[in-house]
Amino acid sequence: MKRSRRQFLKVASLSVLGLSTQLATGGIVNAAETGEQYQATENGLHAGRWAMVIDTRAFETPEDFAACINACHKAHNVPHIPNKQEVKWLWTDKYEHVFPEQENNHMSEALEKRDFLLLCNHCENPPCVRVCPTKATYKRADGIVAMDYHRCIGCRFCMAGCPYGARSFNFGNPRDYIDMAEINPEFPTRMRGVVEKCNFCVERLAKGLMPACVEAAEGKIFFGDLTDPESEVRKVLAENFTIRRKPAVGTQPGVYYII
Amino acid sequence: MIEKVLKGSPKFYVWIAFLGAIIGLGAFTYLFQMKYGLAITGMSRDVSWGFYIAQFTYLVGVAASAVMLVLPAYFHHYKKFKKMIIFGEFMAIGAVLMCMLFIMADLGQPQRALNVMLHPTPNSVMFYDMMVLMGYLVLNAVIGWVTLECERHDVAPPKWIKPMIYLSIIWAFSIHTVTAFLYSGLPGRHYFLTAIMAARFLSSAFCAGPSILLLLLFVVRKVTDFNPGKEAVQTLTKIITYAMAINVFFFLLEVFTALYSGIPGHAHPLSYLFAGHDGHAAWITGFMWVGAILALLSLALLIPPSLRDNENLLPWSLAILVLATWIDKGLGLIIGGFTPNVFETVTVYTPTVPELLISLGIFGVGALVVSILWKIALDVKKEAGTL
Ligand code: SF4
Ligand code: SF4
Repeated sequence: MKRSRRQFLKVASLSVLGLSTQLATGGIVNAAETGEQYQATENGLHAGRWAMVIDTRAFETPEDFAACINACHKAHNVPHIPNKQEVKWLWTDKYEHVFPEQENNHMSEALEKRDFLLLCNHCENPPCVRVCPTKATYKRADGIVAMDYHRCIGCRFCMAGCPYGARSFNFGNPRDYIDMAEINPEFPTRMRGVVEKCNFCVERLAKGLMPACVEAAEGKIFFGDLTDPESEVRKVLAENFTIRRKPAVGTQPGVYYII
Repeated sequence: MIEKVLKGSPKFYVWIAFLGAIIGLGAFTYLFQMKYGLAITGMSRDVSWGFYIAQFTYLVGVAASAVMLVLPAYFHHYKKFKKMIIFGEFMAIGAVLMCMLFIMADLGQPQRALNVMLHPTPNSVMFYDMMVLMGYLVLNAVIGWVTLECERHDVAPPKWIKPMIYLSIIWAFSIHTVTAFLYSGLPGRHYFLTAIMAARFLSSAFCAGPSILLLLLFVVRKVTDFNPGKEAVQTLTKIITYAMAINVFFFLLEVFTALYSGIPGHAHPLSYLFAGHDGHAAWITGFMWVGAILALLSLALLIPPSLRDNENLLPWSLAILVLATWIDKGLGLIIGGFTPNVFETVTVYTPTVPELLISLGIFGVGALVVSILWKIALDVKKEAGTL
């Protein structure tokens, strides 16, 4: 009697242990899986740390911006929602809103009037990843902060955590605001109730293509490997004065602006 | 003991039916949220948390406040509180349940809520928050139920309950501290980014929670033979007064740092809350001023002993206090955290009617749970002659 009870306890505790380790490791294993959402093909692009440098001087007309924004939003089936619950991955704003607390008095008129492209910074220390309770937002080895739309519970903690307003929440059904006939079948549309943002075009990099906005910018945006001293981004960073958004918060953005 | 619910006065059932109607209204409204998503709320890309999360935060405080009875009773052997403790514990259960419902109501994909446990993420404060809230619910349910059962059979509570009670005391502090950490660790939100957020949360909880408890107990005293006891009420009121004084003091500390340092990011949320923007008062401005005045008024009514011990005045003082703390934490906190937004521009948030109705429904659930649990406690006490 006594022995069988002890045996039972042994088995029971072992199975509890097994179950809990599975629970504990399941997350990590799955996170690794989702990290390879897009399998790189043979000619896929790789980097130690992807980064972007935007030459804000080169963007002159509204069309310059529109080309990039449309390319991005088309490639990723981003809905156009005409109210405060909008979704946007790439957009523009004025200097004082893009670089608050970095404004200066009596700036040149050109700078004051200039528009700046805004997107997720793919931060080195991303608060959005830190706060996400499900690992739906995670950082890849190449520095890209990616998302698993199927795991996101829509708590919006990441939106509160992001100091750059880079994230959008699908308050309603985004598909109501996409022209389903013009959809890009190679990228998933999202469902209601999840958060989304720019993904540095991981799906294009995996196929050996540059990000959609970089391609559409025709030389006004540089993109490359920050860890490679020979890369184009490193060259433009060395040759130009650049700033990043909100340096004080310590996130180390991967998007640089030539002013 | 659960059978006690089945034997009640007609008045009790009318009350239950009333709560049922409120819950029904909330549930019906929630159907729309299920169909259209959080689009039916006033939240936006810029103000991505709103009324739901604010109520969650306030109620975690209410839940934690039970400790203001348990701590004096068990650490200082203050016997006069023993009679009231069960009501504090049962109120905490109702409060935690409401917290959970408010979180569920706020999720974009509520059916995936368990992902928080399936993919445990120890670097996220929300992971801990979920854990400690559940733990607190279990602790209070077990402690409350077991002690009541023992009271009913007129036996001493089992020995193992003591360590659980001590644990629940520490636990109560932890739930609200963790809730504060949800906010105070966010780098881009100036109004949240303050080291005394947890201290502010605890102080406001420890005045507001016991005040709500006392107000409810005054109602119970009216409709039943239960009497919390004059001395117990006076002692608890003193605790409330100290906590409120500290709460107001902490808020003024925030105001000083924000305004005297002159750092724009720190000053902007306060100036938005109290002065609006671009020369226009926001709707919240009126609330904030009313809240500030009520907070001072409650102190004026609670600090002088002659006024504090005046039993006719006390319910009013407490109600004023509850309103003041609710405006601070249930409205101002979230709005100030998200306005101005990270671009230093203003997007106004106003809760919508469906949002408020769903919240009302959740408050109804809390009231129902507390009513039922309190009825059980009252009936047991009546039978045992410990009323
Ligand atoms: S910009 Fe915001 S969303 Fe993008 S990685 Fe940084 S914190 Fe995350
Ligand atoms: S909304 Fe989704 S991605 Fe953002 S923190 Fe919550 S679970 Fe993570």
